Amino acid sequence: MSHASNGAPTVITPPKVAERIFKRQGNPEKEDYREQLFELEAKGELEVIRVPEPYVEVETKFGRKKKIPLEHTWHHKSCGQCGHIPGYPTSIFWLHRQFGFDYFDPKDQTSCTAWNYYASSTSNPPAQASIAVRNFSQAHVDGYFPFIHCGTSYGHYKETRDQIIHFPKLREQVRRIMDRLNMPFAFPEEIVHYSEWLHVMRDRIAERKVLDLSNVTVSVHPACHYHKLIPEDAIYNDDIYNGQRTSVVTGIAQALGAKVADYSNWHDCCGFGFSHILVNRDFSRSFAAIRKIERMKEEANPDLVLAHDTGCLTTLDKSQFATRAHNRKVGIPVMSDVQFAALAMGAHPYKVCQLHWHGVDNKPLLEKMGIDHEKAWAEFEEQAEKIKSGETQFMTWEEADA
Amino acid sequence: MSIYRDAKYADVAPAEKLRLFNEVKADFRWHHVLYGCYECGICTASCPSARFYDFSPRVFAQIMAREDIDSFYELLNDVMWSCSQCFSCTRCPRHNSPGGIITIMREVAVNNGLDSAKEALKAYSRIIYKVMSTGTQVAPDMLQPDFFPDWGPDVKRVSENLDVWRRAIPPDTLHTTELAWDVSDKTRLQLYMIFKLTGNLEMIENIDEGIYMILEEVMESLMDEKDLDIDDFENILEGEEEAEH
Repeated sequence: MSHASNGAPTVITPPKVAERIFKRQGNPEKEDYREQLFELEAKGELEVIRVPEPYVEVETKFGRKKKIPLEHTWHHKSCGQCGHIPGYPTSIFWLHRQFGFDYFDPKDQTSCTAWNYYASSTSNPPAQASIAVRNFSQAHVDGYFPFIHCGTSYGHYKETRDQIIHFPKLREQVRRIMDRLNMPFAFPEEIVHYSEWLHVMRDRIAERKVLDLSNVTVSVHPACHYHKLIPEDAIYNDDIYNGQRTSVVTGIAQALGAKVADYSNWHDCCGFGFSHILVNRDFSRSFAAIRKIERMKEEANPDLVLAHDTGCLTTLDKSQFATRAHNRKVGIPVMSDVQFAALAMGAHPYKVCQLHWHGVDNKPLLEKMGIDHEKAWAEFEEQAEKIKSGETQFMTWEEADA
Repeated sequence: MSIYRDAKYADVAPAEKLRLFNEVKADFRWHHVLYGCYECGICTASCPSARFYDFSPRVFAQIMAREDIDSFYELLNDVMWSCSQCFSCTRCPRHNSPGGIITIMREVAVNNGLDSAKEALKAYSRIIYKVMSTGTQVAPDMLQPDFFPDWGPDVKRVSENLDVWRRAIPPDTLHTTELAWDVSDKTRLQLYMIFKLTGNLEMIENIDEGIYMILEEVMESLMDEKDLDIDDFENILEGEEEAEH
């Protein structure tokens, strides 16, 4: 407690959070990974895969400009998304197709294998770095730029970039392995997550939305490995949360006209835990339901939780069923930002967004969004029946858009 | 001497504890994960595992900074597998990464085939096999109701319709049930070669010999089919550390 000139004690009341004004005063000193990669390239140690034009520049956490490519992207898919939330990659591809963007969906791609690494440690840095470089180099050989679907791949590849830049011995080990595989040693200029692409595309997507979402309230759950693991090149905007939280996911929800409702433990993890979601599910379930979903319900009462990583989406969605048995305050549908954006632009909820793979009942939400889910499900079943009867082998993009 | 009066594993020789501790400290990432500890506790405050387990990332930073090998040994065997590897703890004002310390400790536990690591990973082996043999970790056919009863009746519905529903996904690469997406044989083999060349197969052997043997058999027959000689892909990093010292 300080004292005024007359000696009387002065009570200092800090400003309320909502009244605080944050303004960046210059940028903290941080490494510029791009410069370091270009230096290594100049020494002949690796090739840098340039961000292709057209790209959009955005501001990162500490103010660096990051290039986000719009097309010519090599889709580094996610084992979790493709494995059991297939509407996730399908929505990403569908949006690219709607804008007529050139993209490549490769078969010469493995998982980053980081889920296994974080869960079991039955791997090591030379292997993890070689797997990253093999995928990136394949993208380079194919003539496209790597575009990362998974939050964990995004974070892990940035860890790998850090190690490749700072540890010559690791670079040498990776070099020897890539030589053995007859592959080049290529590394992208930027590591780009799909939700960053969605963020820079948000106004163009909003221009083409066909649904009125003004009565839909969403709460956002950000992926830990997006904004906590090597946080420097996550995107922040001064106009979203005053630049104090990453702006991806929230930005697209706002642009689409939905209400974003904040809640107190936004920063907390979902409880996925890598091995935990498979072998300690009571932990994942408890944390997701009690620490995240219930808090959202109490403080924001959203119609929908938006996430941008498989692990978060799985944990938040699947953890709600068993928790209902204990009369907990749960029952919020969960989907990815890209599924929400595709729905807003008129994508089919089942043929494109594949919402039937999700656990929590999302029909009341779809009704609120103005989607006739009964008609849509009948249309999906008609297509599924054609496959079942052998009339067609697969559902095509044309059928999905019909 | 442990700071804890009731520290466990008094019967394990100090030399063995020190050997494992030095293995952690020798990792090239060591000086990027621990810079000291203010004991502020922000890492533990933001840690999901700290809420449901007897687990604290702050204790990892403190014990490792104090070089308390008795308590280190206890963390290595009894505690570290509770970590969620979410890296919420990187909020540390000292720029520590308790999650990063644990990543290194786990690798040391696996490389040394500790019984505690084998126990911790027992139920996880099928994922290790999946990723090492296919290049994708989460396959649609893992969604079985007997394994996920707590995920509700939708898992059964997905399981019953799996083949048709997978073919009712527009991208060609997703018409798969045993793989998350269609991975070419060439790429699967390249991944296996990376695991071979970096000694990852030996790590699996340390933890689960049965999975290792199946993996070797399946992948070597795929290599045979492609006229590749397995002997050309032995661990090229083996012995590197010893040679340096």
